[in-house]
Amino acid sequence: MIIAERKPLDQIMAMLEPFKRICVLGCGTCVTVCMAGGQKEAEELAALIGISRKKEKKDVEVTAFTIERQCEFEFVDQVAQQLKDCDVVLSLACGVGVQTLVERIPALRVLPGLNTKFMGYPVEQGVWVERCLGCGDCILHLTQGICPITRCAKSILNGPCGGSSEGKCELSREIDCAWHLIHQRLTELGRVGDLAVIQPPKDWSSAHHGGPRTIVREDVRLDRRE
Amino acid sequence: MIAGSKLERAIRSGHFVVTAELGPPKGADISQLKHHAEANRNHVEAFNITDNQTAIVRTSSIACGATLVQMGLEPIIQITVRDRNRIAIQSDVLGAAALGIKNILCLAGDHQKFGNEPGAKGVYDIDSMQLLKGLKDLRDEGRFMGGDQLEGSISYFLGAVENPFADPFEYRVDRLEKKINAGASFIQTQCIFDLERFKKWMELVRERGLHKKVAILGGVTPIKSLGAARYMKNNVSGIIIPDQLIERLQGAQDKKAEGLKIAIETIQQLKEIEGVAGVHIMAIAWEEVVPEIVERAGLYPRPQI
Repeated sequence: MIIAERKPLDQIMAMLEPFKRICVLGCGTCVTVCMAGGQKEAEELAALIGISRKKEKKDVEVTAFTIERQCEFEFVDQVAQQLKDCDVVLSLACGVGVQTLVERIPALRVLPGLNTKFMGYPVEQGVWVERCLGCGDCILHLTQGICPITRCAKSILNGPCGGSSEGKCELSREIDCAWHLIHQRLTELGRVGDLAVIQPPKDWSSAHHGGPRTIVREDVRLDRRE
Repeated sequence: MIAGSKLERAIRSGHFVVTAELGPPKGADISQLKHHAEANRNHVEAFNITDNQTAIVRTSSIACGATLVQMGLEPIIQITVRDRNRIAIQSDVLGAAALGIKNILCLAGDHQKFGNEPGAKGVYDIDSMQLLKGLKDLRDEGRFMGGDQLEGSISYFLGAVENPFADPFEYRVDRLEKKINAGASFIQTQCIFDLERFKKWMELVRERGLHKKVAILGGVTPIKSLGAARYMKNNVSGIIIPDQLIERLQGAQDKKAEGLKIAIETIQQLKEIEGVAGVHIMAIAWEEVVPEIVERAGLYPRPQI
């Protein structure tokens, strides 16, 4: 899922400075699960904004509610009128949600309340790790389920590099060397010989480097012609 | 003979080869670099010019390399994959060749996090293995990485680095073999302080006969102070400094003299290891001691190549 983190309160307050009627809009999917932008966080943030404004002796009307997914028009449409009644929407969705709101309801002013971090998962309560960069051309079959594009700081395809030490990355003792893990896994699977193959340069055009990506699937389009 | 560079000829001659590292300055005045190169003219076969070493912005390796060519000296330019994509790298390689540079060392490069532009976007379009293979194919097949044809021909001697002190240890020989297959004709190793581990690695190298396929130049760094040794031991990933070495420096009255002595002894031991074709001296910010090291290690005068 998408992992995000709330922006620092002082930054949020600075962005909100010109606005009086504020709607803090939570998102019920990824950011709810990663505890950054669900209903609970929206209510907490709304309360903090209220307290903060009170200290500054400035008026504010804050509401907080959550929709199932800010990244889908059908959910956004259901609350369009409610959102238009505010001066500004502070979106607690990922960057996709913020942009969906703006695209669907151009009259809205929408601010990002979160920093969208990465695609990953929690390894334990309160600890999330990055696992996919969305490069558009998955190679996990070559590395037996461990992604070096994401987990190696240099996205090396023929690793490990000379900075790998005792299973850790040269960047930090806190980061596992992805290629050490891959080597270990291939050894366990009896496939360490796979590493002798020189993997050719990656075609990054399938990643963001090819420009913003769009997928069109005629087989599922509603207006497709037979 | 592949490129006929002085380095290649020295390696083919079978003499114990000596190369040294020169770090370009953080400014456009390269007179100091030229001075060190001149001072070592008769002591080494070739000079490595680092490519924004430790991710710190410095004068480009190709510019310094071209200057050495003008001085009648032999540069080995380092190319990392950290700062340039395949378009820029191949373009720079053509430019380097046009300027008379005949040796290229391919490496990944220290991560930008460690340098003076930690917010830089790391490129890593290709990795060091793909760089080697790409430059080999450009030279041998006249083909760019994307498949387009090179106009005319190009020639250079290709090298790579290997680190016997990185992990997993058992993979380090596989990786050497992979680099040979990718196109490396010579290898410069990470600084050797743990000779036992290096010897173990060389044993595995010899078992596979890899020392006959590639010239291995052992990396040697004279340690200037106890602080430097401790720093490397604790902070530089992929460098192993044994406790005995720290203790030896601790016990020495004159740390610099002891550091030099250790480097010289290391070279003398490397000379005795079957399959080691030479040494690469990395006297970082201490280039002036290179002639003394070479002389006291019994490697002077250098053979005429």
